[in-house]
Amino acid sequence: MIKKSLTGLALAGLLATTACGGSAQPAPAAAKGLRMTIWTSNEAHLKLFGDIAAEYTRAHPEAGPITFDPLPFESYTTTLTTQIAGGNAPDLAWILESAAPDFVSSGALAPLDGKLTEAGDLTPSSTKLWQRDGKLYAYPFSTSPFAVFVNTDLLKKAGQKPPAKGWTWEQAVASAAAVAAKEGKAGLVVRDFDYKNWDNLASLWRGWGAQAWSEDGRTCGFNQPEMVEAMTFLHKAVFTDKALPGPGTTADFFAGEAAMTITQISRASLLKDATFGWDLVPLPTGPKGEYSVIGQAGIGVFAKSPNKDAATDFLAFFSNPANSAKLAAYFPPPRASQLNVETLAKSNPLLKPEQLSEVVIGGIESGVVKPSHTGQAELSQTVRAALDPLWLPGADVKAVLDGVCAKIQPMLGA
Amino acid sequence: MGHAAFWTVRRRDNLVGYLLVAPQLLGSALFVLLPLALVGWYSLHEWNVLAGTFEFTGGDNYAKLLADPGVREALAATGLFSLGLVVLNLGLALLLAVLLNQRLRGTTFFRTLFFSPVVVSLVAWTIVWQFLLQADGGLNGLLEVAGVTGPNWLRGEGTAMLSVIIVQVLKNVGLNMVLFLAALQGVPAQLYEAAQLDGAGAWRRFARITLPLISPTVLLTSIITVVGSLQVFAQIAVLTQGGPGTSTTVLVYYLYQQAFQFHHFGYGATLSVLLFAIVAVLTIVQWRMRRRWVFHEA
Repeated sequence: MIKKSLTGLALAGLLATTACGGSAQPAPAAAKGLRMTIWTSNEAHLKLFGDIAAEYTRAHPEAGPITFDPLPFESYTTTLTTQIAGGNAPDLAWILESAAPDFVSSGALAPLDGKLTEAGDLTPSSTKLWQRDGKLYAYPFSTSPFAVFVNTDLLKKAGQKPPAKGWTWEQAVASAAAVAAKEGKAGLVVRDFDYKNWDNLASLWRGWGAQAWSEDGRTCGFNQPEMVEAMTFLHKAVFTDKALPGPGTTADFFAGEAAMTITQISRASLLKDATFGWDLVPLPTGPKGEYSVIGQAGIGVFAKSPNKDAATDFLAFFSNPANSAKLAAYFPPPRASQLNVETLAKSNPLLKPEQLSEVVIGGIESGVVKPSHTGQAELSQTVRAALDPLWLPGADVKAVLDGVCAKIQPMLGA
Repeated sequence: MGHAAFWTVRRRDNLVGYLLVAPQLLGSALFVLLPLALVGWYSLHEWNVLAGTFEFTGGDNYAKLLADPGVREALAATGLFSLGLVVLNLGLALLLAVLLNQRLRGTTFFRTLFFSPVVVSLVAWTIVWQFLLQADGGLNGLLEVAGVTGPNWLRGEGTAMLSVIIVQVLKNVGLNMVLFLAALQGVPAQLYEAAQLDGAGAWRRFARITLPLISPTVLLTSIITVVGSLQVFAQIAVLTQGGPGTSTTVLVYYLYQQAFQFHHFGYGATLSVLLFAIVAVLTIVQWRMRRRWVFHEA
């Protein structure tokens, strides 16, 4: 008896794992209504989407209810692809810039040409990532520059000058180190980096002119002199100057725990109830002068969705000029006609005109998109693992970066 | 005598028996055997979820499996994890069981204390440990009080694996402890009395009476623990994401990365066939070995 139950137990246990290799769920019957996966669960964002959707369903009751399905940001693409694999794909989805090459090249998305309202207004820099063979596969609903939020109270307490446009990385690190040393708070936090999501470091290394891989995506850039110099600077800032909190240490700027943070301006909404003085300034200048990095997100319609046409129609409504102006409150618009201080100021009461013009408009005009590549997830994981030895005091920066290229060059060349 | 009735007692009994096991059998076929067969089928294909393509590639995934250095790293990490877990878990569980099998005040309290992590949600347990194990977390705070500068547990090559093992041991040691306790209480007291009269010391009594008599439980717990250790996932996903480097990328985590992060679902299925084979072989080996080291069977 015991033998039988044991074998059963062992079998059940191992099947629990092996079965998850890909169980085929039947596709749900074409339910009325549309579902869009998103990665924000911010109430203000959700309310705005809900309002736009409600307006659409009033005019198009046949489309049925529209639901927004927030998925956790950290595992967003993984969750989305798991839903697709399980036969439970949404009708529309937000897509991160890192996943753009895979989604656009795979044919998973339906082309949007001729469907969007006033598509000619979309800036070429915003649509570049979402095109293949001259066709547009997603609406670039957010083109958000990286900038530095500054806790001016903390800087003042530590006797540091508040930063302004044109400041340098040396100044940024010096101020951050001073706050860390005198106030016991974190200095500069590269938000969402956490010594894992290395693509966020593009907001630093572009100042040195470094890039993860060449424009054509075929040559590794990690062991190029610019990158070695930038990473040497970062390593010193973390481990010698203690200007950035080290690996395994968390600090939230928006809770007042850090002097500065590099993140996208869409985070400004987190400062609505801030209890400290703050400013928003462009990224510090590097040896190569001024630069700007942008993160992007697109909304695509799945080609296999049974509600493809209704979903495309809703996307056209969601992205029309009037709604684009509303969305601009959180997501910088891709429409050239709306990239001006007047439009942005109406929807961004938290930001001052000079912040909007220097950081948002200036950033979008000259910005380089965060690194992305086909097979990004695997590349990204390989780089993360190969970069790990760098996050130790006394690391040999050049050797580690050579190691990164040794690992990823075969994947890039393929 | 007429022709024999079709529904003999024997046949009727058999029918009732089959009907009784039918729901269980159906469930197993649907949720166990079918997915298992599908995994085997998927492993012969290249399945691109995004493009929606599903192409037969024969043994390509298996050839990739043999050539993939990532698999060797994952197997090494899995072996290290399993070994560490089994040794620490069984050792600690047996020690606790022997200690708590004494007739002393407070044993019920300690039994409950050590068992309680078993019923805590695995992810909640792991997230709490993640905070404790941060560079500036609770554990290093305690060490600081004692004048020791703790390592960055989840970031160091060796300490990351050690942390994952210990978090898992503390989570599940209570289950094995209870199983050992039950077994210990089934050992007849007169055997100890007789041995004591014959002049056997405490260690001798343990080695010659306790261990042989609880050997079926040792077998049970070792199988559960080994099989469980090969499936470790949530702890890795929460604590280290397979890092630093690939030092804690165990087979299941590697499988997850390949299938769900890199979209190689066919190759992911191939890796789960490998996992299935390993667990099956280990289980068979352990069953074979029981003849040698299990003293009696319940």
